[in-house]
Formats: sequence, structure tokens, C-alpha cells
Amino acid sequence: MSTTTVETSAEVTGPGAAQARPSKVRRRGEHGPVASLASHGVLIVASLVALFPIAWLIFLSLGPDKDDYLHPGRIWHTMTFDNYSFVLQHTNFFDWLKSSLIVSLGTTVIGVLVAATTGYAVSRMRFPGYRKLMWVLLVTQMFPIAVLIVPMYQILSDLGLIDSYLGLILVYCSTAVPYSAWLLKGYFDTIPFEIDEAGRVDGLSPFGTFARLILPLARPGLAVAAFYNFITAFGEVAFASTFMLDDSKYTFAVGLQSFVSEHDAQRNLMAATAVLVAIPVSAFFYLVQKNLVTGLTAGGTKG
Amino acid sequence: MTVAIDRATGKRRGDRAPRPGLGRRLRSGYQKHWYAYAMIAPVAVVLGVLVLYPLVYGLYLTLTDANSLNTARTIGVNHIDATYKFIGLDNYKDILFGPTAYDRFWSHFIWTIVWTALCVALHYTIGLGLALLLNQKLRGRTFYRLVLILPWAVPTFVTVFGWRFMLADGGIINSALHALHLPAPSWLEDTFWQRFAAIMVNTWCGVPFMMVSLLGGLQSIDTSLYEAAEMDGASPWQRFRYVTLPGLRSVSSTVVLLGIIWTFNQFAVIFLLFGNTAPDAQILVTWAYYLGFGQQPRDFAQSAAYGILLLAILIVFTSFYRRWLNRNEQQLAI
Repeated sequence: MSTTTVETSAEVTGPGAAQARPSKVRRRGEHGPVASLASHGVLIVASLVALFPIAWLIFLSLGPDKDDYLHPGRIWHTMTFDNYSFVLQHTNFFDWLKSSLIVSLGTTVIGVLVAATTGYAVSRMRFPGYRKLMWVLLVTQMFPIAVLIVPMYQILSDLGLIDSYLGLILVYCSTAVPYSAWLLKGYFDTIPFEIDEAGRVDGLSPFGTFARLILPLARPGLAVAAFYNFITAFGEVAFASTFMLDDSKYTFAVGLQSFVSEHDAQRNLMAATAVLVAIPVSAFFYLVQKNLVTGLTAGGTKG
Repeated sequence: MTVAIDRATGKRRGDRAPRPGLGRRLRSGYQKHWYAYAMIAPVAVVLGVLVLYPLVYGLYLTLTDANSLNTARTIGVNHIDATYKFIGLDNYKDILFGPTAYDRFWSHFIWTIVWTALCVALHYTIGLGLALLLNQKLRGRTFYRLVLILPWAVPTFVTVFGWRFMLADGGIINSALHALHLPAPSWLEDTFWQRFAAIMVNTWCGVPFMMVSLLGGLQSIDTSLYEAAEMDGASPWQRFRYVTLPGLRSVSSTVVLLGIIWTFNQFAVIFLLFGNTAPDAQILVTWAYYLGFGQQPRDFAQSAAYGILLLAILIVFTSFYRRWLNRNEQQLAI
């Protein structure tokens, strides 16, 4: 806390000092050594806070005993990759990987395919019912899981879709589809109208314009929507925990929990699995994170 | 700038139609708009089947006394038919005003409001602070940015387990507090500390999104505005107050709304941190889940009723929020 106050007061005095001594003019955006030192200090502390829980998880995953998290000192001497080889060879890791991928990719593909034309329509056309549709798209995004989970459970068990990948994909689509439509609208809004007009002048129908001109241009936007659906479906906990009963069909989000409840809290294995899951997902995240943020905020701010 | 002009012409093209009689308007409307309707058809169908139908069915369930003992189910080869009956609005009456309604609903309601307000306030202030720091010319800026995003990059269900190890009784946090001769609270057992821990973990998870969005907003503010402010002799605080904050307004209003909705609906953090062990730290969403799936017999009707109430709260809040925004700024249509 004290570092923050130092930082702000330094910022206040920085330019003031520069004005008093005109010989040493600083350009805008540049700060005195004290201010930048304070900035670095705050950022380093924040980075450590952001990093620590994850680093700790990785560290614990190297300890051989399930109670090592209580005695972290021991891990230094007994560090081993045994947890990882055990997880890969003797647990359902690859089953979970398969379920997670089937469910997430299924949601992603259906979500983007279904939502693409709608995103275009609400971006370019004003038709009666436009505002209602936008309102519905907005409201569906804020459905608490508690609204749909009970009726979905009943409906899916009537249809025999409990414990099946298709059931879970359908449930995820209830949020993925409106969300993708919203996100894609934001991206289509950034593509100039002149392109549509040029297509129209050359005799393309609205569908032709969409399929031949806009869709190829919108590939980054489609990728962001796809990626967002993937990440959401991959990390979803509530529906997956409730609808998947067979432990070979668990997604990772459910599988990780099963380490604590069933195998009498094998925390070392759990940590190792968590790290194995986190590495590819985070790597993927870093590849697309810049586009993701623009996509997320653009959809909401433009009417 | 060009975007704004495009949007303006686009709007004019759509709204150009004069207003003739109703019959002609409908006919020409369908001629002119049929492709728009064809394009939204897939989403309309999906929403109808996957959202509207379950929603209506759920609404019907809330008017019954359905639980896991009287709904239709199949045990082995025997199929047992549903025997639950229609009881009108009794579920809502019971939840809101029934005996022990305070313990079951209102205490969770208050805690949910406190949780949402505190979490979003913390997300926003910390996120804005970090975004301001990252917006300076600073050595290693990209590096800081990449590290600070980490809590968002790693899936929540992974990081929450990391926190659980840290917060456990003999975990690293309590060991550190003990080494500093500070009292070591039992984070995962004591109600106050459970709540404290939940807010702490959720803040940790949610700050990166705010930080990155606000950083994007900061970078889109025209630098000539700062130059003009400096010419006029504005102090750093005044520049922040009268240039930065208004410049961030549209981004802020969106991310705050998203933040409120996400935090209000936050399931994973509390569910994974405590499971079913902490009845007093459950927010309404996780409590509804507990009623429907965490206990025996499963009380489907009450759980669904909680869901409907939650949705109602969110919709009311969002429409007020939008009206409040529109009062300040006309162009924010949605």
C-alpha cells in the first residue's frame, strides 16, 4: 500500500520539478527516476502476486508425496517428475483430454457456424425487431447457470442425453451461440461499409456479399469468437460436473475435482494434471490474447 | 473517425423508409428485410430450442413441487412416471417470505450483493491502476503485461486449486503468516475468512481482464487532448480527472457491466474453493446449484425458482444501468 502512495506523489512532483528547471525538460510520458522506480516497484509486486499461485502449483507438482503441500521444504530434496509419468500412464488423463477436446471443439464449431450470419445481419441491416434481437442476445449472455441447469437436466435425461458429449455440447451452445453473434457483430462493425456497397454494385446478393467478401475479411474475428468459445467450454465447471457421470467421459474441469474426492486427496497428482492442462491452454491464450480483448469490448460499446 | 461516418451512412440507409400505411409497411418490410430474417434464422432457431424452451420448462417447474423423488426417472428397466403436482407461486412465496427465508435466501442475497460490489470495485481500481502504470513509457512494459495476464490465461479451475493448496490449514499462506507472528485464520472453515478468501481469489482471477481492456481504452485516447490539457496548465490529477476518465467512459461502462454480470454469476471460484462445505459463503448461484444438485433429495423446483429470481435481478439491474448510461450519453444504444 505504501508503495502506491509513493508512486502517485512522485508523479505529482515529477512534472512540477521539470517546470521549475526548464533546462532539463522532459518529454511527455517520461517521468523522473523516482517515479519510474516506483512504477517498476508496483509492477514487480503485482507480477509476483500474479505469478506466485501458479508457480507454487508447478512447484508442488514436483513433490512425490500427497502431503508435500504442507511441507514445501521437503520438495527441494526429493524433486521428481514421477507425478507426471504416473498421471500420463495410470489415470484417465487421455480420456479426459479426449472429452474436453470433443466438447470444446464441438461447441466452437457449432457456435461460430450458427452465429456468423446473424452477426453480419445485426451489424449491417436494420430490420424490424432488430433491437429486440440485440436485447435477447445480451440477456442470454447473462443467464446464470442456475436458470437453465435444472430444466436442461430434466430435458436431457428425458432424451437420454445425460452423460453424452452431444448433450453437453448442446448445453454449451445455449451460451456460445448468442455470445459469438455478439462478438462477431463487433468485428463486422469494423469492416468498412464500402466493401458491401462495392459488392452490391457488382451484382452480388446480400448472401453473396457476406460469403465472398465479408467472411474472408472477418477471419480474425471468427478466430477470436472460436477461441473464446473454446476457452469457455474448456473451463466450464457447473454443467460438466452435473451432466457427466462416467469418469472416462469427464472433462478436465471435472476430472481434476475427482482427485480430491475419490483417490483420497492425491494432491500431488492433481497438481501435476493441473500443470499439464494449463500449459497448452495458456500458450494458446497468449497467441490470441490481443485480438480477444478488442473483440470483447468492441461488441459492447457500439450500438 | 471513418468508422463513425460509415456507421452513420449505414444507419441512414436502414432507416430511410418513410412511414406509409401499416399494410404496405409490412409487405415492403418483408420484401426488403427477408434476407435479414433468413440470416438471423439459425440463431433464432437455436435460441428457441436451447434457451427459450428450457426457460419456459424451467418456469413451469418452479410452479410445481418437483424434486428428485417425484420426477420421471428410469431405474434399471423400470420407468417411474412423474408424480409432482402444480402448486402455483408457493415456491417463490416460500423462498422470499417463508419461515427461515432469511437464512435461506436473504442472507445469501446480501452476501451476493456485497460480493459483486466489492469484487467489481477491486477489479476496476486495481485494473485501472495497473493499466495506468503500463501505459507509460517504461522499460520491460511488454514483459510486465504478459506476466500480469497470467491469471486470466490459465483456466480458472486450475488456478483455484493452486489457491486451495495455498490457503489450506498448513499451507504456505498460513506458514508465512505464522512466521511473521501474525494470527493464521482458517481460510477454508471460518465464515468471515471464507468470504475474504473467495473475494481475494476472485479478485486475483478478474483483474487481468479489466487491466487489458482499460489499457486498450487508455491507448485509444487522443494524445493531443493531453497536450492541450498540459498547455492549459492542468495538473496530473486534473489530466486524469478531466481527460483520462471521460476518455475511458465507453470502455468502462462496458467492462463494468460485464464484470458485474460475470461476478454475480461466478460459479467456478466458490464451487471449487469450498465445494458444498461452506453454506454461509455460497452466493445465490452456487446456493441454487446446491439446492438442485448438491443435496438429497434434489429440490429441482426451488433451485429453478432461484434461477428465475436471479435472472430477474440481473435483467432489472441491467435495464436500470443502461437507462442510467443513456441519460448521460445518447449514442449508447445497447
